[in-house]
Amino acid sequence: MGAADLYTPALLDHVQHPDHKCELDGASLSHEGVNPSCGDDLTIHVRLDDDGTIMEASWTGSGCAVSQASADMMADLLEGLTQGEARELCDLFGRMVRGEVSAEEAEDELDEASCLASISHMPARVKCAELAWRTLDEMLSGTTAPTTTEDGLAPEGGSAR
Amino acid sequence: MIEFPAHPGLSAAEAARIDENPYKMDFPLLAGNPELAFLDSAATSQRPASVIEAQAEFYRTLNANPLRGLYELSVKATDAIENARAAMARLIGAANPREIVFTRNATESLNLVAKTLGAQALGPGDEVVISILEHHSNLIPWQQACAESGATLVWLYPDAEGHFSEEEIEAKIGPAAKIVSVTQVSNVLGVEVPVARIAERAHAFDAYVVADGAQSVPHRPVDVRALGADLLAFSAHKALGPFGVGVLWGRLDVLEAMPPFLTGGEMIDAVTQEGAIWSPVPQKFEAGTQDAAGIATSKAGIDYLQAVGFEAIEARERALAELLMGELAELPYVTVFGPRDPGEHHGVVSFNLEGIHPHDVSSLLDTRNVAIRAGHHCAQPLLAWLGVESTNRASMAFYNDASDVRRLVEGIEFVWEVFHGSR
Repeated sequence: MGAADLYTPALLDHVQHPDHKCELDGASLSHEGVNPSCGDDLTIHVRLDDDGTIMEASWTGSGCAVSQASADMMADLLEGLTQGEARELCDLFGRMVRGEVSAEEAEDELDEASCLASISHMPARVKCAELAWRTLDEMLSGTTAPTTTEDGLAPEGGSAR
Repeated sequence: MIEFPAHPGLSAAEAARIDENPYKMDFPLLAGNPELAFLDSAATSQRPASVIEAQAEFYRTLNANPLRGLYELSVKATDAIENARAAMARLIGAANPREIVFTRNATESLNLVAKTLGAQALGPGDEVVISILEHHSNLIPWQQACAESGATLVWLYPDAEGHFSEEEIEAKIGPAAKIVSVTQVSNVLGVEVPVARIAERAHAFDAYVVADGAQSVPHRPVDVRALGADLLAFSAHKALGPFGVGVLWGRLDVLEAMPPFLTGGEMIDAVTQEGAIWSPVPQKFEAGTQDAAGIATSKAGIDYLQAVGFEAIEARERALAELLMGELAELPYVTVFGPRDPGEHHGVVSFNLEGIHPHDVSSLLDTRNVAIRAGHHCAQPLLAWLGVESTNRASMAFYNDASDVRRLVEGIEFVWEVFHGSR
């Protein structure tokens, strides 16, 4: 288990031919998420209908293949979900990539994104897979500060020239 | 007793035959994992059996709290530490073993200097000069020292290959400079910084000069008499020794004038209710019970390095870098950072594959048992200056051979195929 199961043709197809990598006209919400140590930097966009149901989702930004494919697979799943349902998916995905839920258990709800379960064996990469989902979850919870999967204080420093 | 290496003292020409590997059998982890291409020695070296045995030998035969010396065993433990101190002094040409302070790692050595000398020497209007090549451990302590003292951090910038011009050195190091702290060899580009020239300039303005030797001391001869620095930090774990042992060398008069860093047991001569009298250098800087076994064992690592010999080490690491950089030059989608001359890389080669994130590269290489580092290498300002978020870094040591390099290159071609189909 590990990277050999991760870089599947399906994952790479999402990287090279993403379906949802675009700005979203009339986006109701947009939220940025970053992994400072990796340089992954994604913005998630959603358009909501009057009830608050997600009509469409997209993403923009750059990063490693895992963060990009994960964002694209996530965006695939969101159309027609209530915000509560979307946040439940984020929670399920988080538990899957931390190894608490198997790919098989998550497959019905996460569909293709369940292939990212093997990242639970690669601790340094979990944050790459999680970035889009945590960004979406924080956006829907009303957080305004950019999301990061690396919790820490802002650096201080002396003056520089 | 500690075993000596099976293959010491090959000539440079013999050691440069990288299709042969007379060293690997001395390294149990490498010998036991022939399928592994370990190319991350800049992060930590592998350890020869002599080092692993020395650690156990200390606990089997010498274990007592050193420095208290009231019984035979404690005297022997103290001797083991002092022998290691003397070995470190010989390794870097230090005049006196008292100039060697043991710390936990190179990072702690640099923090020690920033927190003591920095606090003492810096004030508003003063300048601390570092280079853009610095590892965070020779950067953040100085950012902190500047924030605390009101001094200004000044950056030296090289050209694209990592070379510093005379103009840059003269422009940045001037009368306001109080401390100049630079790495001797970059952990990202492998390039050597002209510490002696920088020190000459800094000393003209009576500035202190600190050198980070973490990537130089294990890979090339370092002689503090020629280096020109006043202080030098390095770690044992990158030099075949155990984790948890760092070294700070300082000129005796400089160390003696610095206030203590950590305080408490083992660093005092006398204590009253009102105050304390510090022990002489180096004990003044060695508060608390140290990793005596680790310090004693660090000598076994140095012994092995010196038995192999730096002429052989440099010749072999140069040959490995030549092979790797020659192969990478054949791959149009690979960019190599730093000097064009493999001989300037000290075994460290950073590279990127066009359009593929280094974390994806390293994860896929791992499936082929090729271990490299990918990321910002604790040098984020350098990578920002290079215009990248992260790089792949292969770092080689004398115990690597041509097969390790070829497996890396085949692995890179495999990664490209995964992303782009067959060649």
